[in-house]
Amino acid sequence: MDGLLLDIGLRHFLFVSLAVFVLGLYCVLTRKNAIGILLGIELILNSANINYIAFSHFSSGGYDGQIFAIFVIMLAAAEAVIGLAIVLGIYQNFSSIDIEAVDSLQG
Amino acid sequence: MESYILTLMIFFPLAGMVTIFCLPRQAADLVKWTALAFTLPAFFLGIWLYQSFDTTTADLQFVVNVPWIESFNIRYFVGVDGISISMVLLTAILCPICILASWNIERAQKGYFALFLLLDTAMTGVFCAMDFFLFFLFWELMLLPMYFLIGIWGGPRREYAAIKFFLFTMVGSALMLVCMLVFYFEAGAIEGIGYTFDLTQLPAVARHLQTEPILFGFSMPQILWVALFLNFAVKIPAFPFHTWLPDAHVEAPTAISVILAGVLLKMGAYGILRVNYPLLPEATFQFAPYMLAALGAWNIVYGAFCALAQCFTEPKDLKKLVAYSSISHMGYVMLGMASFTSQGINGAVLQMFNHGTITAMLFLLVGVIYDRAHHRRIDGFGGLASVMPIYTGIVGLAFFAAMGLPGLSAFISEILCLLGAWHLYKIPTLFGALTVILTASYLLWTIQQMFLGKPRDDYAEMHISEINTRELCMLVPLGAIVILLGIYPHAVLDLLDVSLQNLNEIVLAATQDTAVALR
Amino acid sequence: MDHPLLVSYLRWIVLFPLIGAIINGVFGAMLQKRFGKKAISVVACSVIGLAFIFALRAFFHLVSVEPEQRYLLDSVLRWIHIGSLQVDIAFAADPLSGIMILIVAGIGGLIHVYSIGYMRDDEAYWRFFAYLNLFSAAMLTLVLADNLLLMFVGWEGVGLCSYGLIGFWYKEHENTTAGNKAFIVNRIGDAGFTLGVFIIFWSLAESGHGTVIFRDLSHTIHYLEGQMIWGFPAATLAALCLFVGAAGKSAQIPLYVWLPDAMAGPTPVSALIHAATMVTAGVYMMARMHFLFSLSPVALGVVATVGALTALFAATIGLAQFDIKKVLAYSTVSQLGYMVLGIGVGAYGAAIFHLMTHAFFKACLFLGSGSVIHAMGDEQDMRKMGGLREKMPLTFWTFLISTFAIAGIPPLAGFFSKDEILWQTFSRGHQFLWLLGFAAAAMTAFYMFRQVFMVFSGKNRADEHTQEHLHESPPVMTYPLVVLALGAVFAGFLGVPIALGGSNIFEQWLEPVFAGGHAGPAVQHHIEATEYILMAASVGIAAAGIFLAYLMYYRRSVSPDIFTAVGGGVPYRAVFNKYYIDELYHATAVRGTLTLSWLSLNFDRYVIDFIVDGVANVTARVGWAVGRFDDWIIDGLVNALADVTFGIGNRLRQVQTGNLSIYLYVIVGAVAAAQFLPRIPVEVLLPVIMLFVALVVVIGIALWLSTGRIPWRLMFTKDGASQLR
Repeated sequence: MDGLLLDIGLRHFLFVSLAVFVLGLYCVLTRKNAIGILLGIELILNSANINYIAFSHFSSGGYDGQIFAIFVIMLAAAEAVIGLAIVLGIYQNFSSIDIEAVDSLQG
Repeated sequence: MESYILTLMIFFPLAGMVTIFCLPRQAADLVKWTALAFTLPAFFLGIWLYQSFDTTTADLQFVVNVPWIESFNIRYFVGVDGISISMVLLTAILCPICILASWNIERAQKGYFALFLLLDTAMTGVFCAMDFFLFFLFWELMLLPMYFLIGIWGGPRREYAAIKFFLFTMVGSALMLVCMLVFYFEAGAIEGIGYTFDLTQLPAVARHLQTEPILFGFSMPQILWVALFLNFAVKIPAFPFHTWLPDAHVEAPTAISVILAGVLLKMGAYGILRVNYPLLPEATFQFAPYMLAALGAWNIVYGAFCALAQCFTEPKDLKKLVAYSSISHMGYVMLGMASFTSQGINGAVLQMFNHGTITAMLFLLVGVIYDRAHHRRIDGFGGLASVMPIYTGIVGLAFFAAMGLPGLSAFISEILCLLGAWHLYKIPTLFGALTVILTASYLLWTIQQMFLGKPRDDYAEMHISEINTRELCMLVPLGAIVILLGIYPHAVLDLLDVSLQNLNEIVLAATQDTAVALR
Repeated sequence: MDHPLLVSYLRWIVLFPLIGAIINGVFGAMLQKRFGKKAISVVACSVIGLAFIFALRAFFHLVSVEPEQRYLLDSVLRWIHIGSLQVDIAFAADPLSGIMILIVAGIGGLIHVYSIGYMRDDEAYWRFFAYLNLFSAAMLTLVLADNLLLMFVGWEGVGLCSYGLIGFWYKEHENTTAGNKAFIVNRIGDAGFTLGVFIIFWSLAESGHGTVIFRDLSHTIHYLEGQMIWGFPAATLAALCLFVGAAGKSAQIPLYVWLPDAMAGPTPVSALIHAATMVTAGVYMMARMHFLFSLSPVALGVVATVGALTALFAATIGLAQFDIKKVLAYSTVSQLGYMVLGIGVGAYGAAIFHLMTHAFFKACLFLGSGSVIHAMGDEQDMRKMGGLREKMPLTFWTFLISTFAIAGIPPLAGFFSKDEILWQTFSRGHQFLWLLGFAAAAMTAFYMFRQVFMVFSGKNRADEHTQEHLHESPPVMTYPLVVLALGAVFAGFLGVPIALGGSNIFEQWLEPVFAGGHAGPAVQHHIEATEYILMAASVGIAAAGIFLAYLMYYRRSVSPDIFTAVGGGVPYRAVFNKYYIDELYHATAVRGTLTLSWLSLNFDRYVIDFIVDGVANVTARVGWAVGRFDDWIIDGLVNALADVTFGIGNRLRQVQTGNLSIYLYVIVGAVAAAQFLPRIPVEVLLPVIMLFVALVVVIGIALWLSTGRIPWRLMFTKDGASQLR
């Protein structure tokens, strides 16, 4: 278990985090559904959390990263609330949450 | 009190203007009475001025001379002497009469009377100002209300007439502005005088001007003289700058015609006497035979011919006839003042006053008939004497006065002008004297066409009624002045004589110098 | 004369009629309505009566003093005192004006009385008497004035009243035209008068004696000698200018044309103004200024010639007239010609003598004709009259007496005065002028008796209605006739020449006035034989004229055709049409003036205003051009800058798609580029950018060539510039 555990280093966490980030980014860029984009943003935030915890764990041994991660989770919750509220507003105005349809801000 | 009388006379109407601005737009009657109330004080002050004027001196009287814009040494300098007193009085007499004549203005009374009072202030100011800058200021200030009064309350072609009047006058004003600045800077260059607009000091400045030819063989004083003359010639109006006058008169409302002919035209001649004569006496003497005497005679003849043509050329406009007769009569002023004899120059200024009253009567009379018939065509009337006998009587008085009938005021002034002029200018005087034939022709012809003969059938439809009390109130005082001055011209001549003699001597003294130098 | 007797009553001679004129003129309509016409006539006649009383007082005052002192002066008001011109409103009476005021106020008063009857039915009664009073005031001013300018006041004042009275019945166009003609023709004379005053004043002023007061002029006038204006002697020019004035007023050639037309006025007016008083003003003025005329033989020659010619010329026209008043009018012109002839030969006293006698008999003739016209129902054509002798005896007899007087039959007034002029003309060496006057005398006798016979003898040729109403005029009209006829009989005895045993009181009376300057040789009293012969000749020729008229128009044994047929009728037609002088004047002077005035107005309209409007137009065009320069060049540049800015912004805004995913792509791309671009070496990056720019330019040019539009305009202005404007 140890060996197995020892094998798993910082790099692996970073790879996972990268994978989650890329997936999140892909989700954000490709989804037309606003909620999908919100989900993608959640993924990106979580990839950041992984990085925080990973770097915290493998560096000083303090809890700075964990604290930041908790802060980010809280922030993500708030952000999700605002984001969903916006999505609801969009829906009320456009009867759709397809962001392609919502282009009234274009120049 | 004594020295501020002129200031009061100038600015009382202005206070009236401010008061009128405060009145409600709908209260037309109140506006009229207010306007009258603010012109009458000037009239009564004028009587007081007349009584307390010292006729034995050529000096300025009732002087107020205080700094105004000190950085340029511009002063509020007002005063009257024999040259201006008659004009100040004329303005004071005519303005209340014109307010009465405007009683029937139907549109925007508030604006009309406010502008009229502003005009009153400006006119009185021009005649009182003894600071060149102040003079110029009032001179320009007069244009603005005049432009609007013709341009808004005028006849069908009012815009054309107003713009023509304005442009003609502005061209002249521009020339005067340049001359004024030349004097100002010349004064600054002279030790002991310094920058000044003071008209009593500028003659000394003018003596320092270079007398070598600088442009087309003309010297600086000569150029200044011509430039100033052009400005004043527009106002007189001298041929060929006169064509604004018939147009302006035809379009202007009655009261404005009265002011135009009665006061504004006098400013031209007054300006020449006030500015050209004392400031540039040499040039005055050099140019007078051509620019004043010959041109004046030409004015007399030409104006009379044009007026005669109104009797038989469409549109046979009575007002145009009177306008041209004004041009003709102002020629006597030019001829008289060019003579440098005391008869001529006294006659000229008296003629200015007399023409002011007589032409005012004529225009008021045209207004009376226009108010009734709503047209002014000479051939559109006939036999009015049967319908309006009192009116016809007053027209007769005014027409015969305009003809220079002895016993009425214009005779004295015309005969003095011509008598004075004969000394130096025989041929121009000959033409001037012969023109009385033309004058009689067109006026008698007009009387015959309009007043004599059988009355027309359509008068009942036109509601031709006899002249009313308000109109009599305007005409009778003027008629009385016309008769009185025919019998006792010294009522005005006494005011003028000393100052004008003095002015003559200034010019003649300067010319003797050159005469010596030329030999 | 150097010390005039100062009095203060002369002014009332002028003021009373003036007051009457003011009362009747201003309040007349009201007075007439409230108190009737009587009130008007009481006012009018009493003021002229008072004037006459004061005139008598002045006259007897003059009589009562020594001849040298006969100069009364009443200085009323300082009038014009400017420089060396010192003129007062002052009245002066000397023997000459003493006579004149009696004539004016006396005969004028009679005519006022006559008018009460004549104008009885006229509505504008008050206006008539106002004019009549005003006329009297003006005429008395003219006569009494002590200087030329005040005389001119009266001079034009009488012209004004003449104008008003000729056109008194103003509803008829012809009357008012005649009034205009009278005034305007007189104005020609007035211009001459004023010029004469100027010449006198200034020529005297050269020597420091500038004055227009008669009293001073008579002393200083000799300073005119030697003065030249335009190469002519000043005295001659001045005298001729004054003569132009006199010719206008006294109806001499060439300015006589207004007088016959002036008969359009009521007949009392013709009598008062156009026969007795106003028309003689010219003669009076020349007599008043005799010292000036005496300085210039040339001017006197002109005056005499014009006078003689007028006398003859007007007489010939008078031969062929049928209007009863026109005959009298031409006769007046002719008689005025005699007076002017008298002045011209230096016989001032004789001229004034004739003026006085003429005032009596011509006023009587006019009033008589007025009486006839009144009776005939305003008919003036003599061909429709006749046989009035029985119906109107008093009118006939007074008319006949006056006709004998004007014809020069002794011992009536006209004989003495006319013969005096003719004799003086002859004796001073103007035999040819005498001949003209002599011929005119014959004609006068002929046409005057032609008139008497046509009007009063034979059968009446009017229609029946008029005939029924024929009647003698009321006493108020006939009494003045009688008084005037008495004057026509006896006035002549004042001037019975020495040759006939008289003492010529009249000329003696005027002696102090005319003593100063006699031009020609004094009358040679010793050639009495010639004088008798001439007298006999003129009586004879007058008698011949009367006899011819008797044969033609009373006995009808000689047909008037012997005249009308002469020369194929051409001379007759010429005379009958007054030599076409009116037509000639109309074609030349009137037409010329009107054409000139028409030209002036059109010069004003089409030349001066064309230039003024042209200048305005050119200015406006220049302004327009400047405005376009502003619009196209200056504003063009400014707008181009704005266009470009706007265009760029317009392109760039399209980056803002509003599409969230594109933003995200851009963000990601940009972050990526920010990561990677700095790592690319400059040597690589720069060529790539240049390549990119070159590519854009090439594509732009290709687009321009293919579409013909400048790509940036295509890009920017399509919506950009248009939106901006």
